[in-house]
Amino acid sequence: MSVVYKKSKMLTNVPLNYCPGCTHGIVHKLVAETLEEINAEGNVIGIAPVGCAVFAYDFFNCDMQQVAHGRAPACATGIKRCNPDKIVFAYQGDGDIASIGTAEIVHAAARGENFTVVFINNAIYGMTGGQMAPTTLVGQKTTTSPFGRGKMQGNPIKLTEMLATLDGPSYLARVSVSDPANVRKAKKAIKKAFENQVNGKGFSMVEVLSTCPTNWHMTPVQALDFVKNEMTKVFPLGVYKDC
Amino acid sequence: MKVLMKGNEAIAEAAVRAGCRAFFGYPITPQNEIPEYFSRRMPEVGGVFVQAESEVSAINMVYGAAGSGARVMTSSSSPGISLKQEGISYICAAELPCVIVNMVRGGPGLGGILPAQSDYFQAVKGGGHGDYRMLVYGPSTVQEAVDIMYEAFDKADKYRIPVMILGDGVLGQIMEAIELPEMVDIQTIPKKEWATDGTGVGESRRVINTLKIKPEVLEEVNNRLADKYKSLSKHEVRYEQYRTEDAEIIFVAYGTVARISKSAVDTLRDKGIKAGLFRPITLYPFPSDPLLSLSKLRSSKKFLAIELSMGQMVEDVRLAVNGNKPVDFFGKVGGIIITPDDIVNYVIKEK
Amino acid sequence: MDKSIIIAGFGGQGILSLGQMIAYGAIHSNKEVSWLPSYGPEMRGGTSNCSVVISEKPIASPVISSPDCLIAMNKPSMTKFLYSVKKGGLVLVNQSIINDEVARDDVDVIYVDTSNIAEEAGNLKTANIVMLGVLVGKTNIFTKESIENVIGEVFATKPKVIPCNITAFNMGYEIGVKNR
Repeated sequence: MSVVYKKSKMLTNVPLNYCPGCTHGIVHKLVAETLEEINAEGNVIGIAPVGCAVFAYDFFNCDMQQVAHGRAPACATGIKRCNPDKIVFAYQGDGDIASIGTAEIVHAAARGENFTVVFINNAIYGMTGGQMAPTTLVGQKTTTSPFGRGKMQGNPIKLTEMLATLDGPSYLARVSVSDPANVRKAKKAIKKAFENQVNGKGFSMVEVLSTCPTNWHMTPVQALDFVKNEMTKVFPLGVYKDC
Repeated sequence: MKVLMKGNEAIAEAAVRAGCRAFFGYPITPQNEIPEYFSRRMPEVGGVFVQAESEVSAINMVYGAAGSGARVMTSSSSPGISLKQEGISYICAAELPCVIVNMVRGGPGLGGILPAQSDYFQAVKGGGHGDYRMLVYGPSTVQEAVDIMYEAFDKADKYRIPVMILGDGVLGQIMEAIELPEMVDIQTIPKKEWATDGTGVGESRRVINTLKIKPEVLEEVNNRLADKYKSLSKHEVRYEQYRTEDAEIIFVAYGTVARISKSAVDTLRDKGIKAGLFRPITLYPFPSDPLLSLSKLRSSKKFLAIELSMGQMVEDVRLAVNGNKPVDFFGKVGGIIITPDDIVNYVIKEK
Repeated sequence: MDKSIIIAGFGGQGILSLGQMIAYGAIHSNKEVSWLPSYGPEMRGGTSNCSVVISEKPIASPVISSPDCLIAMNKPSMTKFLYSVKKGGLVLVNQSIINDEVARDDVDVIYVDTSNIAEEAGNLKTANIVMLGVLVGKTNIFTKESIENVIGEVFATKPKVIPCNITAFNMGYEIGVKNR
């Protein structure tokens, strides 16, 4: 019998704790497959953020550090500078990276730190129960924007575009995992972001438009449609920097 | 021959000689000579120097580097140390070794840039959230700061805790003739098996984590930390006594103020007043037992805590003396340094 | 025997470096020494001072209540520190910009026209070194040779200025010796 599908060896056997329909799992898989394909086993230090992905330290089959909210790029800087031959990645959510940790990501990118960032943008604070995020769409209802994100509540922060104004980063892309074709594109982008690190090209970040059916109060299918039809209008997919 | 070095620079060089190969920091007076020195020195020894975008980032760079097994430090001064408190709490929770230098300036708020000892509470009682402590030293001279710094990384590794060197503007800015220790061969530093150095896979995978969502797991962590602090109290307490054997009035002071008090002891003795000095070298763990013993001596009549603050360490002195003898306080703030004559005059006036 | 010296003047008069040269001299003579600068906003353009303590034993207080010696390079420094000098202490006055006489008769005073002497030595910037010469000549805290070595070391990267500094030091030294 031939093997047609196998779980990546860069994932542990711990069952993922994400909600049904959440796309964190897909992105974990893509990162793990990439690590395997670039032969990074036994040569990786990953960083888990504060947020839904905090438990990533249980899921990736490599050395992991769980760090303070938003500080992943700073921690990654410390790790990578002291271990330049290791593959270092930070896995962060929107609140982590584009709100409390804005300074950290901007400056790590500006310095052109040679590590990889995977940024999950699902436009909401998932773990704390669905509060407004820096990437929440205008008009989107959350537990702290019950009437829809409105005036004086901020506009969605387009972090990838922001970072693209800097000279430091090597590769910046926004992808989605809303359907199989986009998942394949996402995989390609994530792989490029890790290969850049292997080749010493410096800071690479992939923003992945993701779902949160639980806090969006949608079915998984509705959530995928929301990404496709609403989120991509505000957060257009594409490569924003590649050099 | 001895070399003449500024406190800040001597501390940085001592760290390099102790095997520190990574420094992350952010400019703030009066400690700028430390990052400046490392920015020149680290490239010479193959070390890492990063000027971070903030104190918050700097301490988290320390977290990452320490977690991956590096000998690492940061330095700052009071307002910057406040910003580092989040990171320090995480470092304590993750049980990571590192060294933090605080060249204290007057506060609260932006305060001034002149010497102070007003961060004592923050340093020895926790500072950030959660039940934790650091091993805190209050060196009095540049030579002592160098010697303490040289040992600090080993202590941090041994207990897997942050070690804080609590200095003040004077210690950072003063130049003194010192002897520098030998350069440690970094190959001889014991490997940290717990560190996430990237080689872990499957069974050998290591995780550095401060999230303990199950109450019984968090309880265990807190108990383990408490045991660690007990062990510090047992093995790491350091202090100096100066002419206390027959002293009637015993000064308790640390850091720069302690050496100023020492001059005052001599002057008072010349005037026929039996003064002595008890100088805590470790501020946490605080040398409570030897102070208690002094308070039980028939000769000791009174204790006087002297600080560049409105009175912080004096609380630990009172706890240690436990009502056996009166404990008074004399302090100056705002960056105004206490002189030996100030102390002498205070004692004569109060007599 | 401890020796405590306060050196004070305007920023730019070489106050801190004069203190450092004294400190280097102490090291060359195998003595303990502390050099404590005033630091703060006043560093830029305002007044500047430093405290140097020299001793055979480890230094206790680097902060000086009453110095054995005051080197006053400008008038505000004189006003600020004169009355803290110990009875029988020494006050070196930079006569070039301080016109007043010292209003104390219980201290030893030497008036030094540092600017003219420095100019004669070949460089106006050596005014502080003239004072170093006077101090050493008067008090004999270090040998003349040890300070000449210090000057050589301190200016090792600028060898051109060594001769005028040595000359300035020697001219000051002679004044110090004469006033013993």
